[in-house]
Amino acid sequence: MSSTIEFTINGKDITGRPGQTVLEAAQDAGVYIPRLCYMRGLAAFGACRVCTVLVNGRPQAACTQTVAPGMVVENNTEKMTAFRRNLIDMLFVEGNHFCMFCEKSGNCELQALAYRFGIAAPKYPYMFQPREVDMSHGDVFIDRNRCVLCGRCVRASRDVDGKHVFDFVGRGLHKRIAVNAEALLGDTELAVTDKAAEACPVGAIVKKRVGYAVPVGQRLYDHKPIGSEIESTAL
Amino acid sequence: MSDNLPAVVHEICQAHGGDRTRLMDIVRAMQQKFGCVSGPAMELLAKELSIHRVEIESLVSFYSFLSTRPKGQVVIRLCNDVIDQMAGADEVARAFEEELGIKFGQTTPDGKISLEYTACIGMCDQVPAALVNDVVVTELSTDAARRIVRELRKHGDPTRLVTRHGDGCNGHELVRAMVMNNIRQRGSIIFTPTNRGEAIRKALAITPAEVIRAVKTARLRGRGGAGFPTGMKWEFTRAAGGEQRCVLCNADEGEPGTFKDRVLLTEMPDRVFAGMTIAGYAIGADEGILYLRGEYAYLRAYLEQILAKRRQDNLLGNNILGKRAFKFDLRIQMGAGAYICGEETALISSCEGLRGDPKNRPPFPAQKGYLGRPTVVNNVETLCCVTKILEEGPATFAEFGSQGSTGTKLLSISGDCRSRGVFEVPFGIKLSEVLKLAGGEDAIAVQVGGASGQMVAREEFNRTICYDDLATGGSLMVFGPERNVLEVADKFMAFFVEESCGYCTPCRVGNVLLKDRLERITAGCGEPADLEYLQELGTTVKTMSRCGLGQTSANPILTTLKNFRATYNALVKKRGDGRQPAFDLAAAVAEAETIIGRKSTHAHA
Amino acid sequence: MAKPKVATTSLAGCFGCHMSILDIDERILKLVELVDFDKSPIDDIKKFTGRCAVGLIEGGCCNEENVEVLRSFREHCDVLISLGDCAIMGGIPALRNTIPLQECYDEAYLNGPTVHNPSRQIPNDPELPLLLHKVYPCHEVVKIDYHLAGCPPPADTIWEALVALLTNKPVALPYELVKYD
Repeated sequence: MSSTIEFTINGKDITGRPGQTVLEAAQDAGVYIPRLCYMRGLAAFGACRVCTVLVNGRPQAACTQTVAPGMVVENNTEKMTAFRRNLIDMLFVEGNHFCMFCEKSGNCELQALAYRFGIAAPKYPYMFQPREVDMSHGDVFIDRNRCVLCGRCVRASRDVDGKHVFDFVGRGLHKRIAVNAEALLGDTELAVTDKAAEACPVGAIVKKRVGYAVPVGQRLYDHKPIGSEIESTAL
Repeated sequence: MSDNLPAVVHEICQAHGGDRTRLMDIVRAMQQKFGCVSGPAMELLAKELSIHRVEIESLVSFYSFLSTRPKGQVVIRLCNDVIDQMAGADEVARAFEEELGIKFGQTTPDGKISLEYTACIGMCDQVPAALVNDVVVTELSTDAARRIVRELRKHGDPTRLVTRHGDGCNGHELVRAMVMNNIRQRGSIIFTPTNRGEAIRKALAITPAEVIRAVKTARLRGRGGAGFPTGMKWEFTRAAGGEQRCVLCNADEGEPGTFKDRVLLTEMPDRVFAGMTIAGYAIGADEGILYLRGEYAYLRAYLEQILAKRRQDNLLGNNILGKRAFKFDLRIQMGAGAYICGEETALISSCEGLRGDPKNRPPFPAQKGYLGRPTVVNNVETLCCVTKILEEGPATFAEFGSQGSTGTKLLSISGDCRSRGVFEVPFGIKLSEVLKLAGGEDAIAVQVGGASGQMVAREEFNRTICYDDLATGGSLMVFGPERNVLEVADKFMAFFVEESCGYCTPCRVGNVLLKDRLERITAGCGEPADLEYLQELGTTVKTMSRCGLGQTSANPILTTLKNFRATYNALVKKRGDGRQPAFDLAAAVAEAETIIGRKSTHAHA
Repeated sequence: MAKPKVATTSLAGCFGCHMSILDIDERILKLVELVDFDKSPIDDIKKFTGRCAVGLIEGGCCNEENVEVLRSFREHCDVLISLGDCAIMGGIPALRNTIPLQECYDEAYLNGPTVHNPSRQIPNDPELPLLLHKVYPCHEVVKIDYHLAGCPPPADTIWEALVALLTNKPVALPYELVKYD
């Protein structure tokens, strides 16, 4: 097997390594593929579908699809961008995202995606479903209003922390994050130093007493769109 | 809950070797014994299996037939699919509610009986139907519903509700079901006399590669609906590395309107098991699993006996039919009420003792399937075809049907037609001919391929049943002139909303939004732009979803938009006042009117 | 030629978005050169005096009166703008949307920690509009042409959008001016 794999993304030549995913190979080449449930160091999950690209014409999640020689990948075409915007809109109406007081605002990956895609308001009707907040833990809280079911906390706790503090329960629209206890996060082994405590892309799992520490104007996505840090490394 | 909970938990776990991958069976046993898998039970199970409590909760909360809160000793599950509703399931539902004095989703105060809805239970040819625990009751009327409740109150034994037995093996002492086979047309492949053991004997006389070649020569394609060439699937699996491989038979027949696998499992289980054994020989697997949907639990004891008999007759086990070094055996894995488990990777998850979440692809099951082993997943009917191909040779098989679609196809036909049941037809038959066979000539629409299939209009009844035109797993629902196709589409969307696993965004959220907008249109609040909205949203769900469920769940809307555009157009109208027609001020203030005790002056001006 | 008119209102909002309009500072002098204000709390005109080019809506619809005002804005304005997060998604008032309405009334008039209500009656004056069962974003009640996000939208955002609209240019805001907080 050759040690490099040549393929293209939107016509641009990309070199990947065997076993590498399209998303990571693209990233190494300075091509940003929008994503939400992906997190470097965690097993690929393929749940948010934001990173969906066309691979030889077929839709595939770039975070789970491995590279192959001669692969033709379409990333930010007009059509794929429209589909991705729709997914972001869906997440905004499914949860209860009150950005105006959220500790994560400015550093939130969902919000940043919406900014990048220029979304002023979602095109779908808001669902306003009741969701539970869990403040029982001394150092970390869960606000399920903001959860996007990306599973990053599940994977981080299971695979990195070796604790399995989180998992999903229910199915369909009733699917939610549960904890490894009768009901409360405070009754689990979660420590504030766990990977799971910092894996959340949104404000659903948040460390206490550090909110709003960074002033507006200095937060991650205040001035540059999410992904520009990857695009700036392009050759 | 009983005091001996720890002892029972220990006993049940031990009976399954303390094996975490058998969690489905373990929690099913708990559910059966205690009517739920309670918090304390989950704690004990977690300790016993050395896993986390939340993993058990994750699985239990996924399946409709499992629950963390206590249910009645008897659970009545009335099927609420569209065909049942057309036959009066709503009236039957009211009768159950009145007689029990509870609503759906509730349990009688004495804890004896729970009442629930359930998705298609594979009885669309004998509707309305329900499950009473594992017992199937069919052709319900309001009187029958009341009688069922009164009897259950008297003796609490669902098996005593069966007073007549269905045809064929439905009357077998281990089945004793009132279910009817309703085999309306026998063709030349499936419904033919069986010569037990013959196919395996012939397979074992040639090499595994030759068996695969025979299946390829017959040009057999999967009968579940997707139509992947079976021989190729087997070849990939055989070629994959690793010591152990596995054969899974998908008997999670959950697609609304299909029931032919139920008939095959009732009448020709030997042919199914022979097909699995042959597949095992061909790909080099020594274990198989029949994944039987929870709704068909009434067939389990009977199927176990057939398996026992096959072991006795050396058709399963070591050195099958004297073939040295070929061993193969299989077990039955029960499902617990989840349509998604018919998706092959979700089925594998379920067999592994997990939520029925589909897996990421790649890797494909042929590379990495059940417990990471190369795995073949075949439909019940496909495996029957395999047996036939080995019995009589690929050439005989390929004589039937067309170039791209050889053999015959079993159709499950239900709805507005005179003759409902299973029809074995040659591939290539026109839809209009099928309708003639079933006595449904005046249909205005036929849903081909179940909820995930397509709604075909009269103008297209000359299309043919085959992989290149109307591909179908076999469900054909016939709708007569008095039916409203958009109401039907709405019922299908309700089904997908209920059955989405929730793993990926487009399917979890998109289907809810699709149903919501369709309802606006059927309520007369639609505008022409709403049709574009549906088209765009539907295409998003179809393109961006992770598995076959989401990739087809928008079909009820997308195919009616295409084939019944006039019906939509008649419902939508352009408005010039800039208001959102779906916003109803009177409805929005109704609750406050009740709380405050005065009428709104704005809403009723 | 008569100047185009602008109308503004605050529905279920906090007037913060209106404060942000005033935050355009000295540019307000340029604005009054460009437009006349019609119905608006800024000039205290209570009723529409005629057709307006632009209507700025702050706040979502939490009660029947909000709906009536919003509908009349839709009737009188060529272009309607949802100004701020409350108009766009309900905002802080919409925190009640996951709570049953009866509980909301009870908390506000009977059980809240600062409530003094010896009669134990929920007020029933016809002057008090009835609450909707939930707070609606404006675009779910009438068609909205533009959304200016923020809590409140920065003055620069409002200025840029208004000037573009009034000078017939496309509303294309730079990245830094579209923020949800």
